[in-house]
This record gives sequence, C-alpha cells and structure tokens, in this order.
Amino acid sequence: MHCRTYSLLSVAAALLITLWLPSSAHAQEKPYFVTYSHDLEEPGNLEIETKTALARPDGGGHYGATAMELEYGVRAWWTSELYLDGQATSQDSTLYTGWRLESRLRPLMREHAINPVLYIEYENTSGADKTILEVVGHDGQSDLAELNGETRREHQHEAELKLILSSNLKAWNISENFISEKDLSHAPWEFGYAVGATRPLRTAASESPCTFCAEKFIAGAEAYGGLGDTFSLTLRDTSHYVAPLVGWQLPKGMRLSFSPGYGLTGSSLNRVYRVGLAFEIPQVSGWFRAHNGGMQ
Amino acid sequence: MIRRTIGFLCLALSATLALAAVSSPLLLHVPPKDHARTNPLAGDPQAANAGALIYRDHCMQCHRADAMGDGHKKPPLRSDRIKSATDGDLEWFLRQGDLRHGMPSWSSLPETQRWQLVTYLRSIQ
Repeated sequence: MHCRTYSLLSVAAALLITLWLPSSAHAQEKPYFVTYSHDLEEPGNLEIETKTALARPDGGGHYGATAMELEYGVRAWWTSELYLDGQATSQDSTLYTGWRLESRLRPLMREHAINPVLYIEYENTSGADKTILEVVGHDGQSDLAELNGETRREHQHEAELKLILSSNLKAWNISENFISEKDLSHAPWEFGYAVGATRPLRTAASESPCTFCAEKFIAGAEAYGGLGDTFSLTLRDTSHYVAPLVGWQLPKGMRLSFSPGYGLTGSSLNRVYRVGLAFEIPQVSGWFRAHNGGMQ
Repeated sequence: MIRRTIGFLCLALSATLALAAVSSPLLLHVPPKDHARTNPLAGDPQAANAGALIYRDHCMQCHRADAMGDGHKKPPLRSDRIKSATDGDLEWFLRQGDLRHGMPSWSSLPETQRWQLVTYLRSIQ
C-alpha cells in the first residue's frame, strides 16, 4: 500500500509540475530506461523526468523506487544531469536514498555510423537505493530484499564510467553501453552492459497536429545485466533482463514511457515494471539572460 | 586508491574536453554525394505542412516563429545562405548539426521528417 501510494504520488507530482509549466518543446530522446543513446539534451533546454521501477524481490516486499532527473544541455556536445532517488517498500518505509551527478560528452563533432559518447557519474546513495538505473557486477534481487533500516546505513560513494556507442540507421536507433562502476572505498571495479533498439511506428510526420498518430509512438526493446567484477570476472550470480519498451510523445512536450522487464537468471528480479514521465522546458538559459537585462 | 580513481576520472574528463576542442573543424563543404541529393517531397504542400509542425516542435525555440533567428547566435533561416543551398545540403546539415556552435544533430529524426522540414524551409523563403 505504502509503495503504491508513493508511486501514485510521484506520478501526480510530475504531472502537476508539467501542467504548471507554461511552454513546451518536444523531447527527441528515446524511451530507454537503462540504455543511453547518443541523443543529448538540446543546449539551453532542461528536461525533468521521473523514472519509477516497481518490483518485488523474492523474500522482500513490493517496492516502488523513483529517480527524478534534471537534465540540462550545457552545449550541443555536453549534457549534465542530476538525479534524486527515493523509494518506498511495503511493510517497511519510504525514504530518500541519495543523488547522482553525471555528464555525457560527445568527443566527435560529426555524425558517424557509430557515435561514441563518454559518460562520467558520481553517485552518493545509500544501500537502500532500488532504482536499478544500471545493473553491474553481481547485483541481484537479494540486495533489494533487505530491510530499509539496515541498508540505509550503508553509504555508497561510487564513480561510474560508461562508453556509449549509438547509431541512427534509417529510422532505427541502436545503442550499446559498456559500464564500469567503482565504489570509492576498497571495492573492485564492477562491469555491466546495456543494449537497446527503438523505432517510431511511422517515419513521416502528419500534416496536422495529433496525439494518437503512429509517429508519436516509439517501440523497441532493451537488455541489460552485470558482467562480474575484477575479483570475480564471471557471469555466475549475475542478473540479466530483457525489456520491451514503448514511448508516447504527448502534447505540451511531455513524454510517457513504459517497460515491463523480465529477469533471465535466478539472481534477477522475476519482473520489474518501469514507468517514465518526461517534460522538456526550452531555453531555460534564456530566462536568466532576460532577468539580467540581456536578450531573451 | 580514492585519489587514484579521482585522478583517473579527471584525466578522462580532460582528455574528452581536449578531444572535443580539437576534433573536426567547422564543416563548410557538404560531401558532393549529399550535395547532389534531391528532396523526394519537394514542392509537396502536405510535406510543407508536416514540416511546419516539425519546425514548431524542434526548431522554433531557437530560430523563432518567424524563422528570423535571435539576431545573435541563432541565425535566421530566411536567408540567402538557405536559398542558395541545395535540398541535399540542408538535409545533410540537419543530420550533422554543428555541435561546436550549438546546433544539435537531428539524426534522431527519421529521414522522411528531415525532408519534410527541408520542404517547409523552402516554402518560407
């Protein structure tokens, strides 16, 4: 109950924020939850997005974990993002679980068949974080089944590096991510992967505004999982998921996405459902220039 | 160990920024193959209407509703430069962007939509 209320509250809060905001632009990003493509935020734009994961680990209660993302286009080749994480577990508690700060940089200024992006992240979270924004090392559902009272005492100061490779071929986007993560205490490097492909249901735009036309929907799938760590570079006790995706570009620059994920190994959650709601605010940087007497 | 990891992260960030600063200069010349491409939707009023909606969704925030830019960094799209470019040039530029100067790549739009946008840009010259 706790968990359902939390999920409803987070979606309602995101809806309120998006309805309150006056203007809009359409986000161009794909409906991936774990995989990153080489699409960066447009310079000066701010995207607010919530990504909620709903699951129930064996031996634990139902939970809902939300990451609220504030993504800003610093340059056309550089995007920065702040994440604020929280979760609620049934028969347990609701709590804030920490923050992450990341930057994505495109080192090559031209579009190529395969476009690399470098991803650098610092995260300061507690062991109670259940957002599953990536799966690395030997992450498993047993980590998610522990009581919040115990896991919240465990502090994680982690650095994460990703190599994102992404291609736009015809109307398809195909992306591959190689993930390495290191707890900044004496812990091994952990590795993981995420791959995904998406395509709009129709490639041509309609000549009149519409909400339910096929080009507003993007469908695809992603797969992600852990690849062990430097102490145990093996697939034993690693989690792997495959997840169909659907994204819907709503009016007023909002985007809704949904993905049911299916665990493929004994360590994986049996199912994890993800819901995302995004809203893009165009040219936020212009607001500050206007307030300073500059040109908007 | 912490110091070494932070050092490695700083080095990776510096290398990326340096690479971004020196890689590929501003592209002045469109490859001949792209320059010669023709717009399959040229002159199609329906494509121009669809292109107007794409413009509203993706371009208007920078280039303004009248496509005259902001008089500063965001250039006007009703200009001799656009008039003299071929449809192939425009589609190529939309696909590539000019990341160093703030123009995003629109390779994420399907090619048909980029041609629709080119048709719209032609219709407002």
